[in-house]
Order: sequence, then structure tokens, then C-alpha cells
Amino acid sequence: MECLIGMQFDDFVMVAADQTNARSIMVMKSDQDKFCQLSDKLVMAVSGESGDTTQFAEFIARNIQLYKMRNGYELSPTAAANYTRRQLADYLRSRTPYQVNLLLAGFDEESGKPELYMMDYLASMIKTKYAAHGYGGFFTTALMDCHYRSNMTRQQAYNLMIECVKEVQKRLVINLPNFAVLVIDKEGVSRMDTINPTVIANAA
Amino acid sequence: MSGYDRAITMFSPDGHLFQVEYAQEAVKKGSTAVGVRGNNVVVLGVEKKAVAKLQEDRTVRKICQLDDHVLMAFAGLTADARVLIKQARVECQSHKLTVEDPVTLEYITRYVASLKQRYTQSNGRRPFGISCLITGFDNDKTPRLYQTDPSGTYHEWKANAIGRNAKTVREFLEKNYTPENVATEEQTVKLAIKALLEVVQSGGKNLEVAIMREDSKLSMLEVSEIEKVVAVVEKEKEEEAATKKKESKSESK
Repeated sequence: MECLIGMQFDDFVMVAADQTNARSIMVMKSDQDKFCQLSDKLVMAVSGESGDTTQFAEFIARNIQLYKMRNGYELSPTAAANYTRRQLADYLRSRTPYQVNLLLAGFDEESGKPELYMMDYLASMIKTKYAAHGYGGFFTTALMDCHYRSNMTRQQAYNLMIECVKEVQKRLVINLPNFAVLVIDKEGVSRMDTINPTVIANAA
Repeated sequence: MSGYDRAITMFSPDGHLFQVEYAQEAVKKGSTAVGVRGNNVVVLGVEKKAVAKLQEDRTVRKICQLDDHVLMAFAGLTADARVLIKQARVECQSHKLTVEDPVTLEYITRYVASLKQRYTQSNGRRPFGISCLITGFDNDKTPRLYQTDPSGTYHEWKANAIGRNAKTVREFLEKNYTPENVATEEQTVKLAIKALLEVVQSGGKNLEVAIMREDSKLSMLEVSEIEKVVAVVEKEKEEEAATKKKESKSESK
């Protein structure tokens, strides 16, 4: 039901997450933030079992901060992603697995490159140029296959994101009106305009 | 008396816990640390023990960050401090995980103090041989400075010193700490360094100074910056001595 879309470009990563929180037929909230900031240049978008998402995201965030306090420097995106995946894997074969799908987006200061990791609830992980979770992924992955270029500017990337959202809204039976968009680059994390019906109408 | 100082769990006839008092003696052997609470900054200064010729200087860290907004300096047994710091750091994150708020200085000081107290009341374990100066800013931007000692007590201070010659430094601070003297960051740093210089060999290399500001930005002063302040302090001392000499000369005339 939830849709997460992430794209990595030459000098930034863009992640979008829908803002709908629904249970059965009722929409609880349509401006929920599904991002969790793990550190200065690391963001995680989570979807999946309600409750597990917040619990897991906060747990990972606090452990990443603890690492920073203990060692005086922050974990790189690769290290953080592997740590997260390890946690998912450890809990998978326990009585209390986490049912979360996530996208981890970060900027590695040492290599100067942005990175995007996609993990699912079975603790599989890939590092990839673009990825999507949820039913929306079926539609957007094809769009990104067609239009993605690694040297896009932020505005071009945002427009591509709008196209993806438009496709999801056109073809997915569930209504997902709003998508929050974050950009991670060497300056840190910044928020772009939330994609909502007005933005889509203006872009058309 | 000799029978009552072996076990931590035994009171002496006159109500002392000797092991705890001996732990406080261990603290007095540690290198000096001073903390000053200013108007909008908190400053921690420590004496850097001279390192052996072949030893890498940067591995001796006496000022540690417990969380983004909490700083700690200690005096006494370094290995004991490591254990406390480790637990305090986990508690800082754990607190944020459960209540979504960063710890207040009082909370984390109370936590460290409770840890220390636990070790004064259980068998088979000796007390921690360190005193801590825990400082930082609460959520509402008030600066705070707390001190804990091996017995597990803690108090809030405007300025304090621990370790070797702490008494001398504290007396200096009592004479020289006024709200005007710590109104700005520069003044607070100068007061802290001046206090330390009472008991530490002069020179930027022998001091380590950390400043934490309202916005929770931590900065460790470079040796050159410390040297600058030291030079100013020395000059003032010389001028003071010179004017005193003049006064005594004119008096004796």
C-alpha cells in the first residue's frame, strides 16, 4: 500500500515516500513523514508493518548515534546499511522479526559519492541506482528504466519523481495523494516541495 | 581501624566507609580538571600529563563527549572512567529512544552517580576511583555543571576543580568567579585557563580545553589558541606583580 521511491544521481540522492497512513478502509493521516534521519547525511525511508517501522527506524537511528559517540566519527552509508541489514537478518529468525521494507540513502564523505541501498523484510540488500518499494514500484521501476540518467540536475530529478508519482496515482487502485521528497548531498539533507495534487497540476 | 578498611561493605565504628575514602584519595592523584559554567558557554579544562617520548600524544583523551550536548572530564583511574563513559553513552541514547528527548544534565549525572553508588554497596566490587565533571546544556539552553565523586553523591556547581591540587584551583575560583567574569565566552575560557595555570606548568601543550556552546557545538581549542590566552594571563600576572612592587616601594618610602 505504501510506496517508497529512491534514485541516486552523480552528486545527490533523491528519495520520495508517500504520506498516507491508513488502516483497512480508514485513512488516518495524509501528511505522515516516513523518513528517519540516522545521521547528518544518512536517511532511511521505511514502510511495512505499522509500529515495526517506527520501532526499527528509531532503534537503528539511536545505535548509529551511539557509534558516533563511542568512536568520534559517523558510520559511512555502506557500514550503516550493512549494520541495518544485519539487524534485520538477526531478528528474522527470532520470535519477533521486523516486517519493514526500507530505502537507505546517504552521502559518503570519504568517497564524495551518494549511495542508495534497498532492503526488504527478508534482509536482502542491494546497492542500486534506483529502487522502489510497494505496489507503486511495479509502475515506477519501468518509468525509471526509461527516463533515468545519472547526470540529471535536481530539477530534472524532481520532474522525473513527479512523473513516477503521476503514474502511481493513475494506475494504483489505492489513493496516494501526497509524496514527501528528500535530497541528500554533500551539504546534508534538504527537503523539496511535497508532491501533492497542486504540484502535479502545475507540472502538467 | 585496620580491620574495617578491607571490605567495601563494612562500616567502621565511627561511621566511615574506608574503601570509598581511599577511592577519593585515588582521585586526588589524578591530573587536575576544571569546569566553569559561563553565561552561554561551558568550559572544561584538563591538565595534560606529560607523555613518554615514544608515546602518541593524541591517544590520551580526558575530555569525552557523552552525547551531542553533554561533555565529561574526569580525574582518577582512567580505566574506571572508560567503563562509566561506555554505560553513560548507551544511557544517553537509550533515554532518547524511550522518551524521544535528549537527557538533561541532571538526569545523566544522577545516572552516573547511581552507578557509582551501586559499587559502594555490593560485595566483591570496589568503588570507581574517579570523580567526574559533567557539563553541557539542557534542552532549554541553560548551561549546567555537575560534579560526582566515588561515593555516588553529585552536586551542581558554578565552577569546580577535581584531581591533584583541586583545593588550590577551587580557592582561586572562589576568589575570582563572578557573574561578570563569565559573561562572555572569551572571559569564561580565560578564567578556566587562569585557574588551571595556578597548578599546571605554563604552556599550551600542557592543557586541553573544550568549549561547548548553546547550540551544542563542541570545540576543542587548538594549542595555538590556548597559548594565546596563556600569554595574556601571564602578561596580566606580570603587570599585577609589577604594580604590587611599585606600591610596596612607595609605601616603604
